[in-house]
Amino acid sequence: MKSLRWRSVSLMTVAAFVVAGCGGGGGDSSASSEISGRGPITFATGKDVTGAVTQAVETWNGSHPEQRVRLIELPADGDQQRQQMVQNAQTESGAFTVLDLDNVWNAEFAANRWVVELPKEEFDFSPFLESAMKTARYRGRLFSVPAYSDGGLLYYRKDLLNKVDAQPPTTREEMREICAKVLELPAAEGMSCYAGQHAKYEGLTVNFAEAVHGAGGQIVNGQGQPTVDSPEALRGLETMVEGFSSGTIPRAAIAYKEQPNKRAFIGGELVFSRNWPFMWSQANADDGSSKVAGEFAVAPLPGITGKGVSSLGGHNLAISSFAENKATALDFIKFYTSKKQQRQRLIKGSLAPTRGALYDDPELQREYPYLDTLKKSIKSAEPRPRVVNYGDVTLAVQDEVYAAISGDKKPDKALSALQRRLEKLIEQK
Amino acid sequence: MTGTGRLASALVSPTLLVLAVVVMYPIIAALYQSLFVSGQRLDAQGFVVEGRQFVGLGTYADILFGPAAERFWNAFWNTTFFTAVTVTLEAVLGMAMALVMHQAFRGRGLVRASVLVPWAIPTAVSALLWRWIFAPDGVANAILDQQVLWSSQAIASKIAVITAEVWKTAPFVGLLVLAGLQVISREVHEAATVDGAGAWRRFWHITLPLVKPALVVAVLFRMLDALRMFDLPFILIGQQKDSVETLSMLAFSEATNVHYGPAAAYATLLFAYVALIAFVFVKLLGADVIGEARSQAPKSRGARFRRGKGSAR
Repeated sequence: MKSLRWRSVSLMTVAAFVVAGCGGGGGDSSASSEISGRGPITFATGKDVTGAVTQAVETWNGSHPEQRVRLIELPADGDQQRQQMVQNAQTESGAFTVLDLDNVWNAEFAANRWVVELPKEEFDFSPFLESAMKTARYRGRLFSVPAYSDGGLLYYRKDLLNKVDAQPPTTREEMREICAKVLELPAAEGMSCYAGQHAKYEGLTVNFAEAVHGAGGQIVNGQGQPTVDSPEALRGLETMVEGFSSGTIPRAAIAYKEQPNKRAFIGGELVFSRNWPFMWSQANADDGSSKVAGEFAVAPLPGITGKGVSSLGGHNLAISSFAENKATALDFIKFYTSKKQQRQRLIKGSLAPTRGALYDDPELQREYPYLDTLKKSIKSAEPRPRVVNYGDVTLAVQDEVYAAISGDKKPDKALSALQRRLEKLIEQK
Repeated sequence: MTGTGRLASALVSPTLLVLAVVVMYPIIAALYQSLFVSGQRLDAQGFVVEGRQFVGLGTYADILFGPAAERFWNAFWNTTFFTAVTVTLEAVLGMAMALVMHQAFRGRGLVRASVLVPWAIPTAVSALLWRWIFAPDGVANAILDQQVLWSSQAIASKIAVITAEVWKTAPFVGLLVLAGLQVISREVHEAATVDGAGAWRRFWHITLPLVKPALVVAVLFRMLDALRMFDLPFILIGQQKDSVETLSMLAFSEATNVHYGPAAAYATLLFAYVALIAFVFVKLLGADVIGEARSQAPKSRGARFRRGKGSAR
């Protein structure tokens, strides 16, 4: 109790002094993994911009008046969501019952016992995509259930590729060759070849992981050892660096996140763009906001040496160790990840499902022509490193990769520095 | 202790108590917290070993000489560099603004009010504003007619931060100096003019020494503020950008990554640095922050004037 009082007092006085007094040490959690108790619960999730989450919660509340779910909307920014959930866990507060975790946080929340282990036998996971399931386990034990998935897609200008008789590329090299021809066209004046997400934030880790995996390398291997000083990883990073130095990637793209990338593509400035499925409907908007509506298509990401590998996006649901009514929470998770609900959310909010069958639904495919490509992308996708201190690992990756693509460090130097930093970060654990 | 003394201490004690709670406690709590680390080890099943371990000054050693040193010293130099450059520019520009505003001209009230606008805008909002200006396709590049990537090129991002910071805070210095200018009696200037002193001499030997107390306080406040700089580079350029990362940003970054021990250590080091700078500044330049001079006899004003004149020669 002492440490709890410590914390609440220091949280009150913290305003006087940047961050100094905030939070506390580990605290002694008495997290029981027993799942029991029914009654009202809360669901903490990022901002619901589509209304699809609210709709799901209302449906549940309609049929469960005694076990109502209250939606708690956290900020849209992922880092802030994580921060609030971590603070909630550290004060052992029962305010959040069901947590909507970015799938890269699963290991951290599980290892800190902030979320409870879930009974595997209560679920039938066979209809779920295996790549999404990988993100739900920690050391072989189940801690969350995948609710949404996401994979990168290569958007390309169908109209321009047709003019030069080209098929969508399967490697970066092919992409460059196609660009060389396309950019000669008068219609392509002022355009650039390709852009992904290269600003210094989580998106850079996503794009770097794709380059490394697409070259046959790994950031962290199956045993949890960092392996970024391999020739494959070097090849991946060199391709990124070379993209900037050769002008395949426009200079301004070093500041691109998802939205600026989208603006460049729908403004007709790019031949190819790596982005998430959310861009599809916006690029296809016929209200004049997009210059490329009807003129583009999607393909799986190109690889460096072989097939492209997307980084796996997505969110999983978990139950906070400190909340009451865990049995209701478990039922709600089952309801939320059911086929019917996932289908609803795909229709209402374009949120990618984690159940494979939905991607093959002909009715949905007519509405969302990218579904087939997205399924391929997700099925072959690799999760980002599943490590307990993911926050530190992704920062180290961003630091070194950014130094390389901005020309401050040679790629091999950056990777050997990254290897040392990752060894240090993972060895501590 | 006499009865009066006891009464006096009884009357003052609530104030002291409040001060202890809101000032001393967070500082000591942060210091204490910086001696521990938590969540650094895993047990055989892969769970984090609970509770926190006492590491003494280990975190400080890591920060100053160990693995974290590179990032710390980079942030330290950035903080110092920004403080030195922005405060110098602000002092010069603020002084110039004050001199202009001090002149009698039509619409003076409007000028004084409008100069305050940058200072009135919340830093986070003005940082957003400048981020649009410095965007790859923003106004700054349109005017310069080149494609400078302000958020990713080291020197460019420093320039962007300095520009926005000076824009935002030079008016503050200007207004404080203006207040100082207005108490200088007109006769002093008139006497000097009669004696044949030119405009430059009058500025150097009369205006500057007389306005010095106000200027020194303004500069001190700005320095303390600049040393804590956080939201402007954070929003304008972004997190984890080596070229603009300040000590506050470093502490924030560690805290969001749940490393409360190191975060507290960074904050403590920053606090020590700020305290040191403030102390040196007050000692060297005699900044009259707590209104010492006002409580003294009027003759000290003359003394200050003479001392000011002496140092200007």
